Amino acid sequence: MAERHTFGGSLTSITCHAWNKDRTQIALSPNNNEIHIYKREGNDWKLTDVLNQHDLRVMGIDWGKNTNRIVTCAADRNAYVWTQGDDGKWKPTLVLLRINRAATCVSWSPLENKFAVGSGARLISVCYFESENDWWVSKHIKKPIRSTITCLDWHPNNCLLAAGSTDYKVRVFSAYVKDIEDQPQPTPWGSRMPLGNLMAEFKNTNAGGGWIHAVSFSADGNRVCWVGHDSAINIADATNGNNVVRLKTEFLPFLTCDWISINSLVVAGHTCVPLIYTFDGSKIAQGGKLDQSQKKTAGGISARQIFTSLDRNARTESSDTILESIHQNAITCVRHYDGDKTSCKKISTSGIDGQMIIWDLTSALNNKMQGLKL
Amino acid sequence: MSATLKPYLTAVRHTLTAAMCLTNFSSQVVERHNKPEIEVRSSKELILTPVVISRNERERVLIETSVNSVRISIAVKQADEIEKILCHKFTRFMMRRAENFVILRRKPIEGYDISFLITNFHTEQMYKHKLVDFVINFMEEIDKEISEMKLAVNARARICSEEFLKRF
Repeated sequence: MAERHTFGGSLTSITCHAWNKDRTQIALSPNNNEIHIYKREGNDWKLTDVLNQHDLRVMGIDWGKNTNRIVTCAADRNAYVWTQGDDGKWKPTLVLLRINRAATCVSWSPLENKFAVGSGARLISVCYFESENDWWVSKHIKKPIRSTITCLDWHPNNCLLAAGSTDYKVRVFSAYVKDIEDQPQPTPWGSRMPLGNLMAEFKNTNAGGGWIHAVSFSADGNRVCWVGHDSAINIADATNGNNVVRLKTEFLPFLTCDWISINSLVVAGHTCVPLIYTFDGSKIAQGGKLDQSQKKTAGGISARQIFTSLDRNARTESSDTILESIHQNAITCVRHYDGDKTSCKKISTSGIDGQMIIWDLTSALNNKMQGLKL
Repeated sequence: MSATLKPYLTAVRHTLTAAMCLTNFSSQVVERHNKPEIEVRSSKELILTPVVISRNERERVLIETSVNSVRISIAVKQADEIEKILCHKFTRFMMRRAENFVILRRKPIEGYDISFLITNFHTEQMYKHKLVDFVINFMEEIDKEISEMKLAVNARARICSEEFLKRF
């Protein structure tokens, strides 16, 4: 039901990961300035390339599925677009972001003709390729962002952009670049969309409510869901007058969220377990835990275990070191592995514990929750 | 464990578990820096409301949380002069060797005896639940340690004075 993968035999954190189109290759950052590309060979992963242009910790990776380009951003304030040469090696192109603080997150637009980079400089850079000058140029969205942008997500119409930030607010901006694309059709979020126009703004709660960790547009683009540091899940519906539905949960804060069907989403974070929630238009309900692991019962305790445990922790029992869940530390990234936002069969999660786990949603839901409608 | 110690430690444990949800966060004030926000205090939106958990007026814990770091300050029970001296010596011994204790802060916060600074780099390298365990364990042990030392000092003083007074 859940496949566990580790890379290069190490257990260093995985900052973020991204898949290529057919899910045979993965790009991930082992919590430093490098990006490693692994290719799947049976059950093993072969390191095919190391991208090391960045000189500080990589913060975001996104793999353009159709154009097969990787965009990365890092705390060194740079972003690179990587294209694959004929020899299979990846070649970087520097993007002029014109920011003076760390870049925090990056995301290709659905058509992959532009991407957005969030940053600690309290702005979003929307970047597109200018063929006349043969480089990537950026336009800034500044107002009214008051703090670091932590997460971004594109609307399926390729023009709207949702951004969450540490000033406790989620905003929907227009990222329409008139140089490269046609006038977008009106959406429930509004019809006038010059670049940087604020289409909607949501406070996490009226009393503040903590930093936003992740945002996601639904497949039809009419709903946006976000998770913040207050452990609540929020969904705003543009067709319903930007009404916000909130569910407070008993878990530790979530760091990531994504839609897995029109009405359901997966969230994961400091609880180390991915959770499914369903939304019926008026309220959010818990759909289930993906991780059904039980605490392992201690079999025979070997002498070696006792000695290593004594050596490491100066204590004899070792059973409480390992958490009950499969992930042993916070989950920081969720991606669709099989499917997309309209219907997803498998998701992949990676976290601080250095594991990447592929979860089979269909079998998990069939086994545990008969009759649950997604 | 006495009747009030257990709920006290449970409260600290739950607060720490919630407070230690840290993420990587580069400074939004200084270029290419990544500093614990709870120490630099550069932007007030990145700092959460501090929590004080106190068992009585002398024993309390201050937990200050920010987006990428948490600072835990502990005031240790000091009933009399000897305990005060012992506590001071003990914490000073450790804080002088703070590098070897990884999460120990070199100076305590004013009004407290010892402080820990845990950043996202620590939670990336170590299990979070074990860090919480460590702090709780430390709080249990330091009380025990100081009362044991106090008994040892008293016993030794008694023997010394007996030996001394034998002459008269």
